Amino acid sequence: MTMPRSTRKDIFLHLAVIAVLLAANYVLPEYHRSVFSRVLVLAVFAMGYNLLFGYTGLLSLGHAMFFAAGMYGAGLPIYHLGWNVPVSFASGIVSGALLALVIGLLALRTTGVAFMIVTMMFAQVGYLTSLFFTTWTRGEEGLVLTPAMRTLDLGGTAISLSEPSLRYLIGWALFSIVLLLSLWLVRSPFGRTLVAIRENEERMRMLGYDTFRAKLSAVVLSGTFCAGAGAAYGILFGYVGSGFASIQYSILPLLWVLAGGAATTLGPLIGTFFMFYIIDYTSGLTSAYLLLVGVALILLILFFPKGLLGTIRERWAKWLP
Amino acid sequence: MSFGPMFLLATMEGLVMAAVLALTALGLSLVFGVMRIVNVAHGEMFMLGAVLAWAISTAFAGHPSIGFVAALLVAPLVVGGVAMLSERLVLRQLNYDPEATIVATIGLLYIIQQLALTFYGADARPVQAPFNVRVQLPWFGYSGYKLFVIFAAIVLMLATWFVLTRTKIGLIMRATQYDRETALAFGIPVDRVYAGVFALGAMLAATAAVLVVPIQQAHYLMGRDPLLLSFIVVIIGGLGSLRGTIIAALLIGLSDGIISTLYFSPTLAKMLATLLVAMVLVFRPQGLFGTVAK
Repeated sequence: MTMPRSTRKDIFLHLAVIAVLLAANYVLPEYHRSVFSRVLVLAVFAMGYNLLFGYTGLLSLGHAMFFAAGMYGAGLPIYHLGWNVPVSFASGIVSGALLALVIGLLALRTTGVAFMIVTMMFAQVGYLTSLFFTTWTRGEEGLVLTPAMRTLDLGGTAISLSEPSLRYLIGWALFSIVLLLSLWLVRSPFGRTLVAIRENEERMRMLGYDTFRAKLSAVVLSGTFCAGAGAAYGILFGYVGSGFASIQYSILPLLWVLAGGAATTLGPLIGTFFMFYIIDYTSGLTSAYLLLVGVALILLILFFPKGLLGTIRERWAKWLP
Repeated sequence: MSFGPMFLLATMEGLVMAAVLALTALGLSLVFGVMRIVNVAHGEMFMLGAVLAWAISTAFAGHPSIGFVAALLVAPLVVGGVAMLSERLVLRQLNYDPEATIVATIGLLYIIQQLALTFYGADARPVQAPFNVRVQLPWFGYSGYKLFVIFAAIVLMLATWFVLTRTKIGLIMRATQYDRETALAFGIPVDRVYAGVFALGAMLAATAAVLVVPIQQAHYLMGRDPLLLSFIVVIIGGLGSLRGTIIAALLIGLSDGIISTLYFSPTLAKMLATLLVAMVLVFRPQGLFGTVAK
């Protein structure tokens, strides 16, 4: 079977991005490599968010709960039960998926503004829960996962995950898997169903699609990706705290996706990079980085509602997925 | 203290809380009702009112009541100005798209909060009450100022109700709320009504904040709880229904005051309250007192 030309072009583009990011591990100076490894994991968070916000058109203000579910789902067993890394990573992902299923079943009964507020409130409940069980989570102070807890046991030899190059490669691998998965998803009939629901849900229902089921699947997938990012972030960088469950971490993925371009596969990566470096740069100049987040949000929504990549796609490269 | 006086104290504290909350939520509800947008920066308007009240009242020497009255007059006007400016510069450009507006007002929230931190600082600062009278209740003396807050909130709410239902301005606002296009066709300047309503909503929050600073200190993060509680009140009361808003504020304020004075840990109380409200929104989106939207 021959693929349409544009499909070949975009697969090539994605593989090239992945290859460049792999090469970056070996050429970047230490500081930037550590920033990149954080950005790659956070970009997974943004891609998960994008699946729901960009492609399905559901604006959630509560995705911090999925990120935090992954983080605590992985971090708590490591810290308190001494589970090993792969099992606790899986437990983080499962926690996020289950939470997303429950939240989706409830929140999808609402639409529009009510959906935004309901997701925000559920996330607030999640945040308060992490504060309430402070005996186990140590609340805002958080848990520090020591390097000894974060070792990967490979047939007798223990490898520490705090080693910068390995940490980068794991972040890169996770990113690449989720990126290719997203590309495949949005190209699949299921992805097209989601976009169609975003454009006109009534009509999709009339055409006989079970829109609730499709939206629920999108919430669960999105929550699972975000939980994966949260679990990886906790394990790779050794810290699990309530801050990651706060409203701010629900706003950040929205900001990243808006900046990079909603409903583009590479937009979340670009947006995360862009905002991360801007904040990194300005926090050297002033402590008022939240001011910048605020200004960026307003300017983006006013003048670039389609984001960087979305604008490029509209003007020059229609084939971008 | 035995149960009787304790319960009376908790009820009084709850009433003060309900009064302040009702004013704040009324602002949010008005904006939502007429403009169909959610102002996430509403809590920051509250905070801005409180911080300005501190700044203005400390600028006046002499009896604390002079500074307080000045703050009560000036702070809401300034906050209203800020709100109107952001409405003209941002919200109008977005054509009041509900989702884009939420994103933009989140941006506004961060900006105002950060500016307050930069110029006002991270300290909580008290404002002196304009007068210091104790009113004798059955078991104990109670702050006369707190009673004044309840009274002032009732007067302001009655005034809002009167404007909305008995004046031409109110008629124009209700017409805009009922059907924007038809209102426009009848020559109502919908555009200016929106700017006015947005400013009025913020001014109500700022007034509530000025009233509350002698009880609760001004702090740059103090907008969070009022925002969340106002959301809760507006949702329970039914989005856009003023009567529902006031009943819900009484309900929430009283139960919050009583619960936090008598029982639970505040975190657990907040957790359960938030969950409960989310469930109300999920299973009864029109609120407990609202009617189904047309």
